[in-house]
Amino acid sequence: MNARNNNISQGIDMTVILLYAMLVTIGILCIFMVEYKPGVDVFSSFLNGKTYYSKQLLFTGVSIIIATFILLADSKLFTAFANLMYAFGILLMLATFAIGSDIKGSKSWIRLGGGFNLQPAELCKIFTALALAKFLSRQETDFTKIKSQIIAGAIVLLPAILARFQHETGLAMVYTCFFIAMYREGLPGKILVIGISFAVLVVATLIVEPNALAITLTIIAALIIYFLKRQIKRNKNILVLIVSLWMVCVGIQRFAVPYIFNNVFECYQSQRIYSAVGKDYDCSQNKNRKSDSKTADNKKAAYKPDDYNVRQSKIAIGSGGLIGKGFLKGTQTRGKYVPEQRTDFIFTSLGEAFGLAGCLSFLLIYLLLLFRVVRMAERQRSTFSRVYAYCVASILFFHIAVNVCMTIGLFPIIGIALPLMSYGGSSLLTFTILIFILLRLDGDRQMVLR
Amino acid sequence: MPVYNQSRSRVIQIIFIAVFIVIIGQLINLQVFSGKYKIMADNNAIYRKVVYPDRGIIYDRKKRAVLENIIMFDLVVTPNEAKGIDTTAFCSLLNIDTADYKKRMRDLIFKNTSVKPSVFEPLLTQEMYSKLNENLYKFPGFVLQERSVRSYPYNVGANWLGYIAEVDTSFLRKHKEEGYEMGDYAGYTGIERSYEKVLMGQRGIKRLIRDNRSRLQGSYENGLYDTAAIAGKSLYSSIDVELQQLGEKLMTNKVGSIVAINPKTGGILCMVSAPNYNPNYLTGNQRRKHFSELFTDPRLPLYNRTISSRYSPGSTFKTLVGIIGLAEGVIDEKFTVSCSGAYYGCGTGKPKCLDPGTFKLEGAIAHSCNTYFATVFRKTLDQPQFGSADSGLAVFNQYASSFGLGNKLGVDLPSENRGNLPTPKYYRKIFGSRWQTCNIMSNAIGQGEVQTTIVQLANVMATIANKGYYYTPHLIDSIEGGDEFHQLDKFHEKHYTKGVADTVFDAVQDGMQGVMDYGTGAAVKVPGVVVCGKTGTVENYAKVNGKQEKQKNHSFFGAFAPRDNPQIAIAVICENAGFGATYSGPIASLLIEKYLKDSIVSKERKDKVESMAKTDLIPPLMKKELARMDSIKRAREKPVVEPVEETDSTSTEEDVKPQQDMPSDNPPAKDSNQPKKVNAAAILPLTDEKKNNSKKTRP
Repeated sequence: MNARNNNISQGIDMTVILLYAMLVTIGILCIFMVEYKPGVDVFSSFLNGKTYYSKQLLFTGVSIIIATFILLADSKLFTAFANLMYAFGILLMLATFAIGSDIKGSKSWIRLGGGFNLQPAELCKIFTALALAKFLSRQETDFTKIKSQIIAGAIVLLPAILARFQHETGLAMVYTCFFIAMYREGLPGKILVIGISFAVLVVATLIVEPNALAITLTIIAALIIYFLKRQIKRNKNILVLIVSLWMVCVGIQRFAVPYIFNNVFECYQSQRIYSAVGKDYDCSQNKNRKSDSKTADNKKAAYKPDDYNVRQSKIAIGSGGLIGKGFLKGTQTRGKYVPEQRTDFIFTSLGEAFGLAGCLSFLLIYLLLLFRVVRMAERQRSTFSRVYAYCVASILFFHIAVNVCMTIGLFPIIGIALPLMSYGGSSLLTFTILIFILLRLDGDRQMVLR
Repeated sequence: MPVYNQSRSRVIQIIFIAVFIVIIGQLINLQVFSGKYKIMADNNAIYRKVVYPDRGIIYDRKKRAVLENIIMFDLVVTPNEAKGIDTTAFCSLLNIDTADYKKRMRDLIFKNTSVKPSVFEPLLTQEMYSKLNENLYKFPGFVLQERSVRSYPYNVGANWLGYIAEVDTSFLRKHKEEGYEMGDYAGYTGIERSYEKVLMGQRGIKRLIRDNRSRLQGSYENGLYDTAAIAGKSLYSSIDVELQQLGEKLMTNKVGSIVAINPKTGGILCMVSAPNYNPNYLTGNQRRKHFSELFTDPRLPLYNRTISSRYSPGSTFKTLVGIIGLAEGVIDEKFTVSCSGAYYGCGTGKPKCLDPGTFKLEGAIAHSCNTYFATVFRKTLDQPQFGSADSGLAVFNQYASSFGLGNKLGVDLPSENRGNLPTPKYYRKIFGSRWQTCNIMSNAIGQGEVQTTIVQLANVMATIANKGYYYTPHLIDSIEGGDEFHQLDKFHEKHYTKGVADTVFDAVQDGMQGVMDYGTGAAVKVPGVVVCGKTGTVENYAKVNGKQEKQKNHSFFGAFAPRDNPQIAIAVICENAGFGATYSGPIASLLIEKYLKDSIVSKERKDKVESMAKTDLIPPLMKKELARMDSIKRAREKPVVEPVEETDSTSTEEDVKPQQDMPSDNPPAKDSNQPKKVNAAAILPLTDEKKNNSKKTRP
């Protein structure tokens, strides 16, 4: 113990810290590229605290201080306070309904004063990860039992539902990534398979013409029955299963998906999802249309075509070519064609300036980070640390995959930041805390924590 | 604690890798295989700013600039930067009221957004410029932007210099391949149009980066791909600016035109179409108003009469009849005709002759004897070897067209009229296949269907001066940096007349000298210069309220000088003025003196200049139309119009209307487009309205 206090870096994984530093630095440079104006004294504008990149620098400073505190703390602290912190996070999210302020059309922020705002849904990711880890590492928890699985699911989905009510669909979706961690801990693989099949079916519904898809499904079912006719002769249940599966699929495709798009989603969300697969969505079908027309989001949608963001983002990345246009030479970045470029679309500035080469090296850094975290997870002796590490890996993976896919037009646009890169204090701080708690736990991997 | 499900770690890692591979696949697709994004990015962000070159300058024969460029200033505003300025002070500076200011700002923002600079007040006057320049620092958002504007230091030459105007959609459709864009200026008439390719220069392109709201952010790649504007080439014309000034002065308050040619080169020395306007009137910020004023003026100031109007040449044509008669050998210098008062050869007693007597060729030209040339004309056409007047006329026309009549000369100006040489075919249509020379006798004295433009007439004079050849009359002698498009080649080509001997020209020149020495033009001698001239007084008719009415005669004069070494050939017409020697004669005489002696010295001649300049010869029909338009204008300006007056003015309008629709000419004149374009709402002075059976003509 004394030895560790003398040297906080003992047992700490330096690779992760190095990767972390690289990503944060690249992030600041990307924000600088986006916000750069020719003829400004770079050095002073970096320090004056008024530009976005200097603010991000400030956030980095704060993050480093907090990271240091985390490394100095005792690992037992995190296990001990996991549930308490989770409760605190949920309370904070509930509090936003009362005292939250409206920023960019979403009422999920709490003003801290001094121009800084806090998004509890963001912070709550850490608490949820800790709480999940705590729950799964309890001696009495048997994750093979349905009951435990339901409780774990509830822990994860509670903040997600709250976030959804704050109109932060993106953040709400992040919570689904905890299922990856749960899968590692023994959640039946079937659930993942069913989940993926469902996703494929939904996408197919969007892309393929309804009747054609219905016919295709019928043919597939018929073929399966034909090939399995011997087994069916032996066991009639298989036939029943196949037919009911076929009915469910067609039902989803013909009725459930249109119903969800027209009645559950808001108009702009449906539009974004459709535009991600390259189609137009007719808003007049949407039940939420009238109430939505008042929200800021919808006004924007009426003002610019809804695939404007994706198109501009694809143009910026696509025009980068093989090796890019060079640092500060991106015409799309300088012309501010990509909306929200310093936050959700920061990847576009990188893609434009450094091209495919830059993107690949950048993605490699992320992949290295992910694999490093997974490796760290597997070397933990305590379930708590392992689950937590998987949570961190899942969150990072989900953010990276969704954010990058959305900028290159593979995923509908939802407000999800690129970890450690996007401008924003809440986001940077959240990921810093996530990673450094993991580093602290990893530093004490010889201990068995509960 | 035992580690369960270790294998699932692999599954998760495979999922990670799979998703990353999908991402990389899409990145490769976007960045390497889709070229369209690069183009779309360029369309987004690169603004191609056109840098306009200065148009070429036009010099006269002594390298004085007749047309040049000056810098004028536009007041340009970026509305969102101009918020919160002292509007009252600004408006008092510009002499507008605040309501006007607000309205203009609103319009600009509506048209061009509030973030882009737009022109608040174009082409400031010098006075306004200096006033604003001192005070502009108080008004952020406003800047003065310079612009190159055409300027005419001598205030002359409007008709042949032409004007430039912003291109419209029909122009763009016609000139698709030439790279014009909306907002460009192009030459619409005159030299500006003929030499547009040379004058326009080459536009430069500056590539600038613009942002999502089209605000410019700076140059693209530090100007690596920019091209510089290349200024238009200058033109060196054969015009003598002082002669042009004098010509325009002399033609003040007259309708008509002057063309003077250097017979040695074909270069036009002076080209006046009256009434004209000060070319500077069509520059500056009042251009639109001024243009519509000129456009609706019944005197047709925008119309270049020198090349676009055609007239019966009258007695000046007799020189040609004489030449052809001599060349064909039907007469010689000593051939004599007695005139008792009219030509009775056809039994009609037409044409009449006001100056009875017995003349040889010289005297006949000098006194402009109708009977003499009627006889010559008939002899020429009725030569036995031709068999019929039909083929006789064909031969006659061969001569006439070799003098440049009946076809476009090819002057370097747009919308030249080709005049008219009536063909045998045309007469067959009218008189049947067996028509006689007697049917067309009025052509002998230039009163029939023969019609020429003034530039053609001047060219005939030049051809006589040169004794048998001419160069196509032209305004531009050379182009700075060479004649890239070979526009000048045809002006170096000598055109010879159909086999006419020098002696023939000598005989006719004797006659023309006689005109000035003792004949019809004796009153307009040029002191100390041997001038050969020919007067002409041409009957003409105009359709008024549907009826042909005889108008006052057109006054013609054609001349060249000096006889031995011709330097200038000139043709003058004053429409509806009277005798050739009374109006056009003095004008030609004064111009010849000015050109040959460089200045008009004697007091008597100077007085003549002033008195000619003061003579008002605007035809009464035009004056009537002017007065009518004025009264309509006054009636409009009056807030309340008495009902009686109102009906009066409308009835006048109805009366006059038919005039606008009337055919402007004899049947063969239908090919001329120019009048159609200009004569909207104006009476065309029916200069060339003729009857076949023309009457007596005073020399």
